[in-house]
Amino acid sequence: MTATASAYEAHFRVWRGDVGGGGLEDFEVEVNEGEVVLDIIHRLQATQAPDLAVRWNCKAGKCGSCSAEINGRPRLMCMTRMSVFGREDVITVTPLRAFPVVRDLVTDVGFNYTKAREVPAFVPPQGVGPGEYRMMQEDVDRSQEFRKCIECFLCQDTCHVVRDHEENKAAFAGPRFLMRVAELDMHPLDAAAESGLDRKTTAQDEHGLGYCNITKCCTEVCPEGIKITDNALIPLKERAADRKYDPVVWLGNKIRRRTP
Amino acid sequence: MATGTEPTSTEPHTESGTGVRGRTRAAIAAPHLRTDRWWLAPATTAAGLFAFVVYSTWRAFANADYYAAPYVSPFYSPCIAENCEPMRHGPNWEIFGSWWGLSPALLILIFPLGFRLTCYYYRKAYYRGFWASPPACAVAEPHKKYSGETKFPLILQNVHRYFFYAAVLVACILTYDTVLAFRDEHYEWGHMGLGTLVFLVNITLIWAYTISCHSCRHIIGGRLKHFSKHPVRYRLWGWVGKLNARHMLLAWASLVSVAVADFYVYLVASGAFDDPRLF
Amino acid sequence: MTVVERQQWDVVVVGAGGAGLRAAIEAREQGARTAVICKSLFGKAHTVMAEGGIAAAMGNVNSGDNWQVHFRDTMRGGKFLNQWRMAELHATEAPDRVWELETWGALFDRTKDGRISQRNFGGHEYPRLAHVGDRTGLELIRTLQQKIVALQQEDEKEFGDYEARLKVFQECTVTRVLKDDEGQVSGAFCYERESGRFFVLEAPSVVLATGGIGKSFKVTSNSWEYTGDGHALALLAGAPLLNMEFVQFHPTGMVWPPSVKGILVTESVRGDGGVLKNSEGKRFMFDYIPDVFKEKYAESEAEGDRWYDDPDHNRRPPELLPRDEVARAINAEVKAGRGSPHGGVFLDVSSRMPAEVIRRRLPSMYHQFKELADVDITAEAMEVGPTCHYVMGGIAVDSDTAAARNVPGLFAAGEVAGGMHGSNRLGGNSLSDLLVFGRRAGLHAATHAVAATDRPAVSELQIDTAAAEALRPFSAEGQEEGTVPENPYTLHQELQQTMNDLVGIIRREAEMEEALRKLADLRVRARRAGVEGHRQFNPGWHLALDLRNMLLVSECVARAALERTESRGGHTREDHGAMDRDWRRINLLCQLRDPTGGLAATDPVRGQISLRRETTEPIRPDLLALFEKEELVKYLAEEELFE
Repeated sequence: MTATASAYEAHFRVWRGDVGGGGLEDFEVEVNEGEVVLDIIHRLQATQAPDLAVRWNCKAGKCGSCSAEINGRPRLMCMTRMSVFGREDVITVTPLRAFPVVRDLVTDVGFNYTKAREVPAFVPPQGVGPGEYRMMQEDVDRSQEFRKCIECFLCQDTCHVVRDHEENKAAFAGPRFLMRVAELDMHPLDAAAESGLDRKTTAQDEHGLGYCNITKCCTEVCPEGIKITDNALIPLKERAADRKYDPVVWLGNKIRRRTP
Repeated sequence: MATGTEPTSTEPHTESGTGVRGRTRAAIAAPHLRTDRWWLAPATTAAGLFAFVVYSTWRAFANADYYAAPYVSPFYSPCIAENCEPMRHGPNWEIFGSWWGLSPALLILIFPLGFRLTCYYYRKAYYRGFWASPPACAVAEPHKKYSGETKFPLILQNVHRYFFYAAVLVACILTYDTVLAFRDEHYEWGHMGLGTLVFLVNITLIWAYTISCHSCRHIIGGRLKHFSKHPVRYRLWGWVGKLNARHMLLAWASLVSVAVADFYVYLVASGAFDDPRLF
Repeated sequence: MTVVERQQWDVVVVGAGGAGLRAAIEAREQGARTAVICKSLFGKAHTVMAEGGIAAAMGNVNSGDNWQVHFRDTMRGGKFLNQWRMAELHATEAPDRVWELETWGALFDRTKDGRISQRNFGGHEYPRLAHVGDRTGLELIRTLQQKIVALQQEDEKEFGDYEARLKVFQECTVTRVLKDDEGQVSGAFCYERESGRFFVLEAPSVVLATGGIGKSFKVTSNSWEYTGDGHALALLAGAPLLNMEFVQFHPTGMVWPPSVKGILVTESVRGDGGVLKNSEGKRFMFDYIPDVFKEKYAESEAEGDRWYDDPDHNRRPPELLPRDEVARAINAEVKAGRGSPHGGVFLDVSSRMPAEVIRRRLPSMYHQFKELADVDITAEAMEVGPTCHYVMGGIAVDSDTAAARNVPGLFAAGEVAGGMHGSNRLGGNSLSDLLVFGRRAGLHAATHAVAATDRPAVSELQIDTAAAEALRPFSAEGQEEGTVPENPYTLHQELQQTMNDLVGIIRREAEMEEALRKLADLRVRARRAGVEGHRQFNPGWHLALDLRNMLLVSECVARAALERTESRGGHTREDHGAMDRDWRRINLLCQLRDPTGGLAATDPVRGQISLRRETTEPIRPDLLALFEKEELVKYLAEEELFE
């Protein structure tokens, strides 16, 4: 590859190591016009550190694999353009710091898959066959926003509830999977309630919604721009409040249920 | 089998700490590696809130200079104690008898205070600004334990919607105050002063902030499963949603405007300033 | 002797994209204990990159649509080279597969009356693509992923173990499909990328659903996973590959900046009204309508523009020709010096739709250009050019059962399987292909596994051989005196450059011969590919192993392309520019020269791949009857027409 006129040498500090320990290593590496951080990591692999471990797939911000922390901020490496940094800046790249490290920039994101399994799946409505589903666009808009999620787990990584408190991992599903609960609860045809599952209550009782103190870091880091806090977590908190903290709603439901 | 291809170590490092410095996490000693001025936002927030707390405490306990016909300070409205200054057609009802000797502001400020204290935006602001929980995104928080809003007292944040109902009432009364501000100092209708404009701006912002509340958004339509069956509520929900997106901005704007309105009344009541009449 | 963990499963699915997951769901629902093994994390498969939609003739938007029309479009798009039975099954079953997704929680965009909305796409006569904005692939993968989780939740309730009957081995790679002495599939040899640990999954049925081969080309829309693993595994197991010369170059990939060159710009941009212009501002596609499509496409800009609102009385604009036509046209414009500053052409939506509509209908395109190229597509035109996107060729399979030929117990579905799309795939037909044939592969793999009374045996010797092969890159230094180990990254780059330059969108005989020589040289050097470090998450090692697959597949592509002396669909020969009706019946099958699955041959002329011609079965008369005689004359040879 020939260097173009606009190419320059950048200073990178990349965390290398594994669960046994490690540290930041310094690299000087060529940067060309229009490149993103992932390009530079690849150049390091191809020229200086062939065994540098990094996870990536699509390189277009669609798969959510190349999550890392760049200058301390959780980001997708493929969507972080080098042009946002000054030429003299030192660019530090570390693995996600909320999850156990595997090697170099790769972490064990198993926590997220465990949590995904704990959210009860979509419950199809009884008596509505395939092809008979009718849903209005305005009714699916909300859940569709949440389904834009590419599961990069940056929100899970940045959320201080588990990032700073390992012990909360058991009780707290994290923004991604609380959003999944919200998505299902807002799904116009989800029949969980009819099957005896109240997602509003379980959001708090089983998925740890109460741990969220709505400090919005999940929304800040979301590469898809999903308004996780405003559109998923807070509405879910309000729905839980309907169930558990609002005697007016409670009374209303009681009366309505008695009178046919 | 080839040698030297086995992984070097599988045992966690021993420099154990908590959170990002835990045993299984990547061994990085620094609590964060952010290079931007991440502390600026929480510091500004804390400073702003602190300034308002100092100002409002002084004004709430002052029990003076809160009425200058036709203006009543929003801190003292409605005035519901016997020791209130008389306001003609003003929002004073002597619900509390003579036994109440403290500032009447304290009786009523509980409601807007509670509304703002349990507001989803302010919660973020003071959790970050005062509590450092977290100080900023991906910056390690200093606390050993964290249980969020799962336990007393923070579980009480769930009563936000009741404060919302109260805040609507308070906003109605402040609207009434603004209507009364279209009088002159002799209670003649059809006049306006600079204070009227101050009150108009304030009440607009108070309403915008109140309506943009997340609880309001939920009640007005958010709790529905099928918007298509409730077209009116859906449309309202959409409008509230647009405002809600600016909840933070409105929270600050209305906080400032309410302080300004109060300070304006203070200046006029204490005689430091004469309300310029427009007509 | 290598001691590796062995596990017994009924069905092993290699690949966790749309086809793999759909196969796994079906196999598990048929009662087979099913393992899915994938190179990436669960839910990251290349399917997420699919943007436009899933083609299925549901007729929600235009009730004139039905499976016959879809079948016709598919055959036309593939220039009649399609395995017609696959195209038939695909067209008839696609609507059911889409509706089924809704019962698993998928949320497609809706029509006014609450049904699944469908959009226009190149080569489809009616609006046919079920979609979610421009992130349909993500919706598909997520829905299937969540269905898998739902099945695991059922198993957890029943057995107390989420993985009792369905397990996903994520970030694992299969290096060999194992067979017993009788040639039956007996399992798969795998390694875990994270630790480098080897393991064997024993199973009587293996479904290959590994996707495509794009990473053998320099400019590609494909992710790193697309190294032709399934193609190579099938070859090595003794199964033939079909029509590998047909590689689709998507007409619109990003061309600037260089680091994102090749990333896809969805066809929906054109389906929703985007137009292609050259540097002179001309909508050049009107000059490139081939004879076979003359009656179907608009002749003037005015007519093309009217079509968006009144498709029943106007013909569609030529921007919506099948992908091969558009890609060639762009290529020709650039060659003629009418290209954009960075060597593409202009794709413009900004002058065709209000900014707000663009942001709503094409959100990820807006995002992609804004973030990666600093281009605001609501205000200026995009620069686009062809990018390697899809391989129509693949493992030769039985149309109904998805079973690979010659190897009992081996199945293939999705991009890795060949035949369905003929010489060129229509946009949107890929996602439906994944679902239709993924399900069929899972169904028949499960049936095969249940029928197998004795589990085919896996011998220690096989395991040792496979382990030695996989560890070879670590001992590369010591092989021969005086030779330096080769850097796998360098080899990969050279391979990509070779394929891109010499077996790319326009092909010439001499260049392909040159390519075969270069490939032979790369094969020799690849045997010296060495890596540093250890086996734990070592990308250099992973790449060194993938090189074997890419080299095998590339040779197939080059050999088949050299053999087919005509231009058809995704295969364009400069020296044989016309479509030849006599070639329509000819399929080219690639097979490994060494029947034992060894890879010794590195002779440039002989190579590792042998090629053979095969005449296809005639198209069933009732399907032929769906076409006008005048149209068939353009495609079918004289003898076929008389039959």
